[in-house]
Parts: sequence; C-alpha cells; structure tokens
Amino acid sequence: MRRRIHPALAAFAVVTFLFLLGPLIIIVGTSLSDTVFLAFPPQGLTLRWFENAFEISAFRRTMWTSFTLAVLGTALSLLIGIPAAYAMARYRIQLPRFLGTIFVLPVLVPEIVLGFALMKSVATGLDTPIYTTLLVGHALLVLPYCVRVVGASLAQFDFSIEEAAVSLGCPRWKAFLTVVLPNIQGGVIAAFVLAFITSLNDVSISIFLTGPGVSTLPIQLLAHMEQFFDPTIASVSVLLMFVTVAVMALVERTLGLTFLAK
Amino acid sequence: MTDRRLAWALAMPALLLVALFLGLPVLSTFGTTFTTDDGLFATYEAFFQSRFRRSVLWRTMEVATITTAISVAIGFPTAWVVARAPRTLKSLLIVAAVFPLLTGVVVRSFAWLVILGRNGILNGALERLGLIEEPLTMLYTQGAVIVAMVYLFVPLMILTLVGVLDAIPEDLTDAAASLGATPAATFRQVVLPMAVPGLIVGAVLVFTGSFTSYATPQLLGGERQMMMGTFLHQRAMVTFDWVGASTIAAIMVVVTLATVWGMSRLANRLNPVAG
Repeated sequence: MRRRIHPALAAFAVVTFLFLLGPLIIIVGTSLSDTVFLAFPPQGLTLRWFENAFEISAFRRTMWTSFTLAVLGTALSLLIGIPAAYAMARYRIQLPRFLGTIFVLPVLVPEIVLGFALMKSVATGLDTPIYTTLLVGHALLVLPYCVRVVGASLAQFDFSIEEAAVSLGCPRWKAFLTVVLPNIQGGVIAAFVLAFITSLNDVSISIFLTGPGVSTLPIQLLAHMEQFFDPTIASVSVLLMFVTVAVMALVERTLGLTFLAK
Repeated sequence: MTDRRLAWALAMPALLLVALFLGLPVLSTFGTTFTTDDGLFATYEAFFQSRFRRSVLWRTMEVATITTAISVAIGFPTAWVVARAPRTLKSLLIVAAVFPLLTGVVVRSFAWLVILGRNGILNGALERLGLIEEPLTMLYTQGAVIVAMVYLFVPLMILTLVGVLDAIPEDLTDAAASLGATPAATFRQVVLPMAVPGLIVGAVLVFTGSFTSYATPQLLGGERQMMMGTFLHQRAMVTFDWVGASTIAAIMVVVTLATVWGMSRLANRLNPVAG
C-alpha cells in the first residue's frame, strides 16, 4: 500500500508550486490589462499590447534575429554534435574518456566569461563580424545539450543492427542515415528543441555580442525595460511562454519530460 | 580507415569548435591578466586590495550561498512530495517545474520587477490591506536579488532531487519503519544518505548558476547590488577596462571550477554506494 504524504509536507509543496507559477500567471495577467502601467489583476482586457509588441520595429527585428540565430546555431551544433556523440557511443574504447568532459565545457565555463572572451578574442581580436561570432557562441552554448541528449538516445541503440546493415553490404554512411538516425530521431528532436530554447533565452553570451544592427530579443527586452515599463514587455514574455509550451510538448512526445528530472 | 581514426575524425569538428572558440579565447583572456607591466599577479593584487572589488566578490559568494541554502530547503521537501505522488499528479508537477525552468531568465526576472517594484503588486496589496502607508523599497536590495534567484533555481533543484528520490525504493523506507524507526530516523538514516549525491549536484548547479548570473542581479540589484557577472559586464562594456574584466572572469572561473571539483570529491566520499 502506498504511504500517504504528511499533510504539512503536501501543503508545503502546494505553496512551492504557487510560488513557481504565480509570477508567470501575473505576467499573463498584466499583458492583458487595458492600462498603460502594469496592473494585476488586469483592469479591462485588451490584446493591444500584443499588437504593440509587433509594431515596435526593434522587437520585430530582434524576434527574427533570435529565431534564426537559435535555428542556425542549433543546426550547426547538431551537425557536429551528432557525429561526436555517435563516435563516443560507438567507439567507446577507442576514444579517451576526457572527451566527454570537453564537450560539456561550455556549461562548466561561466556563460558570461565565454561571452566576454568571444567578444574580446574573436569579435574584436580577429575582426569577426558580430553576427558570426554570435552564431558560433550560440552553437558552443548548446553543444553540451546536443551531445548529451543525442548521446542518451544512442546509449539505448543496439549497434548490432547497424553492423548487420554494413555486413550485408550497406555503405557506412548510408547505414548511419537509414538505420541509426531513424532510431535516435526522438533524441535528435529533443536535443534540437532544448538547444533552441536555450539559445532563444540566452542573455549572458549575447549581451557582449550585440552591436549596431545586431541584437537579440532578450537583450532588446532588457534595454526596453530600462526605458519603458508598460505591458508590452509582459506581452512579449507571454509570446516567449508560448514557445516554451511548444518546446515542452515536443520533448514530451519524444523523450518524455521525466527525462529532464534525472 | 581504422575504427580509431574514424572515431577521432567524427569527434574532431566538435573538438575544434570547443578548442578554438572556447579554449583559446578563455585562455587568452586569462593570459592578459598575467602580462601587465606591473608584474605577474599585479591585477589580482589590485583586485584584492580594493575594498569595493572585494565587496563585490563577497556579496556574490553570499548571495550564491544563501540562494543555494534556500533552494535546498524549498526543493528537498517539494521533490519528496513529487517523487512520492501518484503517477498522473507526478507528471503534472514535473510539468509545473519544467515550465518555469524553460522560460527565459529575463522573463522570470521581469516578473519579480513587477511584483517588487515601488508601484508594484506587492506594495499595492500591502497598501490595500492597510499594512503599510508608504510603499516599501524592495528593488535593488540584496533580498530582491535572492528572492529572484531562488525563484530561478528552485525548479532545477526540484528536478535534480526528484530523479534521485525516485530511485529510493519505497520498500526501503517501509522496511525501516517496520523495524521500528521513527519517520525522523528513517529520513536521517535512509533517505538523506541516499539523496546526498543529488543534493550535491543540485547545490553545485544552483551555486555556480547564481554565482555567475548576469540578468537577475542587473535587473533586480542594479548598480547598488553589483555582483561578479554585472561587474564583469560593466568593466568590459562601460569602462572598457578589459584587463580588469579579464581578472574578474578568471576569478569567476576559478571559483566555479573549485566548487565543482570540491563538491564532486565530497560526493565521492559521501556516496554510500561507492563508499
């Protein structure tokens, strides 16, 4: 028989989850308020702050930049991360173990330090265009997610299926594309969306790599907050929450969200 | 091609990305702190001799430590409830923890700006209840930074601990109880030792995360509650003191790596399985 949770403990958990979700509910409320200041509970309901978010060209532009940056950075990272994860899973004995540590370095080194170092050495030092540096920075930032999540998927894969295809005459590259890849599809999709949302929300790297004409949505939000304090920011925040919901739905359908609790 | 060569060839692009765009830039950043005209450790001496800079480092340590402690205090009991909840409820609670985690740090910090502001929701509520006459100043205090950081990191702590607590079989706690252990004794002698690895991982994530955070101290602490992350940014982008900024960066990396290293050693010593 299942033991009952002590009521005090259950109440404690309820309060925790109210604390976790309350502020987000407040943002949704203020984004709908028909007032020029942030009001909660909302006074009158309107969607004009959402319209406003799209009317401000800086938001429109940075939404697009952030979106393309997240897609391209993640794609680049997966393109080099999948082979790396594959090599580590398939040829475990041939590769030294410290490689795994190298691939998680981007989460070990503080993001803000990485951003500063990229700005100093790559953008300024090598005169690399800001956008290119930003793209490389984001690809680096999400590399650990790509390698780890795809790696977790590969750990479940039975490589003897691939061997069978190869021994029957299938070229190795074709065996990878038609046998291995379809079997780790879930992991690749989950890696993509987790990396995408990480890149989309990034502040610490991007803050150093925004310049004339190049900025990302979170950085634009920070800048906007310092000048205006109207519900537009709340409405952009709500739009970002929709993206989060979409990401969660995709992860749930591929790996299952419990994958994140481990 | 031999397997060995093929393996290296496949891993090479990712290795190069990390080596060229993380390894070299970070090492060259460290390099500039040792190559000033005043001597090898001059920039570090200057850092630790300045009362202001020391206070920033100290404040960052303090905020990160308090945030970690509160996150454990909130996260542990909550994770226990989540781990022991029936299936459907459990999935729902995990969703409720993942959602804030995947919502951006700017959005989550903004929420506290709205709540704690001078004309914010909390002040408004307190005034309406007649508890205060004048709005309280809550923004740009250490308390505001800590509250927002705890908010940022509690989901991470919960999710890390749920994974570990889930792995503790219910039979084990039942067995302890049937042998006469009080709930407190069961917790102390069975649950806690098995949860230690998760607690350490969670604590490392929260400590290093809050120690190196930028957006939250920037928005809720401002200039008055300067922390290492905001200080680094200010030195690099406002005063253009790149050597000073590099020194801050190096200190941040040392503290982060020392925390990870020290705690993983502690984890190895305390791990009942590896014991």
